[in-house]
Amino acid sequence: MVNPQTGLPDPAGGPSTSPSTSPPARRRLLARLRLGLAELVLRVGRPSRRGRLTRGPGLRRGSAVRLRRGPAVRDLLDEALAGVAARPTRLILTTLGTVLGIAALVGTLGLGQTAAGQITQRFDLAAATRVVVQPEDKGGQEGEAATQLPWDAPDRLARLNGVDAAGTVSALDIGDDMVRSVEGLDGQKTGYALPVLAGSAGLFDAVRASLKTGRFFDAGHDRRGDRVVVLGKHAAEKLGINRVDSQPAVFIGDQAYTVVGILDAVSGRAELLDGVIMPNGAAKTEFDLESPDAVEIRTQVGAAQLIAGQAPVAIEPNNPSAIKVDAPPVQGGVRRGVESDLNALFLLLGAVALLVGGLGIANVTLLSVLERISEIGLRRALGAARRHVAVQFLVESVIVGFLGGLLGTAVGVLLTIGVSWGRDWTPILDNRLAIGSPLLGALIGLIAGTYPAWKASAIEPITALRGT
Amino acid sequence: MTATAVALPAPVVEMIGVRRFFPGPPEVQAIREVDLVIGQGEYLSIVGPSGSGKSTLLHLLGLLDNPTGGVYRLDGVDTSNLRERRRAVLRGERIGFVFQSFHLLDHRTVLENVALSMVYVGVPRKERLARARVALERVGLAHRMEFAPTTLSGGERQRVAIARALVAEPSLLLADEPTGNLDTVNAEAILEVFDELHAEGMTLAVITHDDQVSRRAQRQVRIVDGTLQW
Repeated sequence: MVNPQTGLPDPAGGPSTSPSTSPPARRRLLARLRLGLAELVLRVGRPSRRGRLTRGPGLRRGSAVRLRRGPAVRDLLDEALAGVAARPTRLILTTLGTVLGIAALVGTLGLGQTAAGQITQRFDLAAATRVVVQPEDKGGQEGEAATQLPWDAPDRLARLNGVDAAGTVSALDIGDDMVRSVEGLDGQKTGYALPVLAGSAGLFDAVRASLKTGRFFDAGHDRRGDRVVVLGKHAAEKLGINRVDSQPAVFIGDQAYTVVGILDAVSGRAELLDGVIMPNGAAKTEFDLESPDAVEIRTQVGAAQLIAGQAPVAIEPNNPSAIKVDAPPVQGGVRRGVESDLNALFLLLGAVALLVGGLGIANVTLLSVLERISEIGLRRALGAARRHVAVQFLVESVIVGFLGGLLGTAVGVLLTIGVSWGRDWTPILDNRLAIGSPLLGALIGLIAGTYPAWKASAIEPITALRGT
Repeated sequence: MTATAVALPAPVVEMIGVRRFFPGPPEVQAIREVDLVIGQGEYLSIVGPSGSGKSTLLHLLGLLDNPTGGVYRLDGVDTSNLRERRRAVLRGERIGFVFQSFHLLDHRTVLENVALSMVYVGVPRKERLARARVALERVGLAHRMEFAPTTLSGGERQRVAIARALVAEPSLLLADEPTGNLDTVNAEAILEVFDELHAEGMTLAVITHDDQVSRRAQRQVRIVDGTLQW
């Protein structure tokens, strides 16, 4: 015979050891029947015990007791995998629809998450805690005396819970006066037309100012009306001042001011960097400043909206509507806006692409069933039951769907990363999305493969083996 | 050889009054009242012109089709009342098919093609490959194991098919026009393999319209219009 070890079955026939189903085995079988789909798949291929028992008593041949089971699950998977791998070009074309669909879904959701995360981040860093208060446009209320902010507005605001710092800021009208660093020196006679501003001591804290060198002026300078200034870094460059330890002076018109510090950076009010800032006290005496132009407020995180509502009342209890407040927009609104605008369309596109992808898989699998009729017949002749054939084609289309899902996820993730890179964003992607998408592809394959698999299992081996 | 073979103790095939009618106007009586016994180790040929019902008989013998009436016992197992699932198992375990058109899978190697016949019987993978190698050596194709079937000659392909049919150790080797697609030299080689198998005790049933092929068998049965003639 073919295999010397096994050889021909003993014709004399050994004692018939036809397997009797013992009670525990039967119980196990029943328990197994109650289990779910996974167990069902595992059970595929095992011959039913009832079938074995139908063997007649005339059974004599030794081969009749060969205790063989059906195909192992792994073998069925191997067969399906080989079936898929046999036509690589077709495999790629078949997965294309699913790849596009999943890529659209993952890309849309990923970019949506990334964009939303980005907006939140930017607002948190700078603008989300900035509130600016100023009088309503004077032109708006004709005839009435223009509303003026009180000098003690920062103190009133500081009493509100949620305000970290507050300070006034005003632009000074210096007429035709120029700003010079040294009086009478050549080339400096005319000086520069720099903006001159006045602020309270709390201003620097409110705008998150940092110093290049020196110090800020404080409430004492303000109260005494000391003629000191802090220079913005661009103004300092123009005036040629880069250190303050020698107490350099700048001249505004003919009046000298001692430079105490140079600003390096501020947030929100960038004009401070271009200007010369003096305390309110000096501005009142030298330039007749009547009231502050605006108050810069730095709030605690999340308190901006609250402070925006309270600030006008704190400053002008009699006529809060005369105060104009600039506050950051509500974050949730922005995020929701981004998600609904962008995503709805792309999600729809993704869903359509997935539908088309699923139909593509169904189509190609059906085609492949028709093409492989003789293979199906052969498998049936080799002992495959209908369900083995069905499972093979079902698994093949699940593999195709899963591969499409995997590729699509990769493309979607790359898309998210690419766009984020282009816009200097930090890509944000939900892990569940990356894991779930290939599974979604597999599910689509499963659904798409159901009809072709049923069709394949219904093919009669006789028709399949005839001819060719 | 004549009906004395019936007396053998354990017939592989036992058909009693088997009929196969195809319904629908007009009703086709492809097989009418066939009694056939194939003893163990017998080498039988079934000859007949086309349209005589020999393909139908082959399908019935191979459990690919159900008889309309009568009893068919394979290895003593009455197959008439078996469910499809059970018939598939029996088919995989007991019958080896050799087809006229080989029916090899083009995308798989020769070795994999042979090993395939043990997949649905539940032989573990390692054993499958080992046995497939032995079977291929047996039919003289040890040097072609990793080849694709498309690169082989017709005779070689049929030898692969024979190796595939044998490797699951069937009780009955069922060949349908095994030399139909082969030239005389290759056909002769295939028939020699059959002779050897017969000498080793294999039970063979060869269905053919070719008297040359038929004559090689130990016993010949002629089928005409759905009935057997001795």
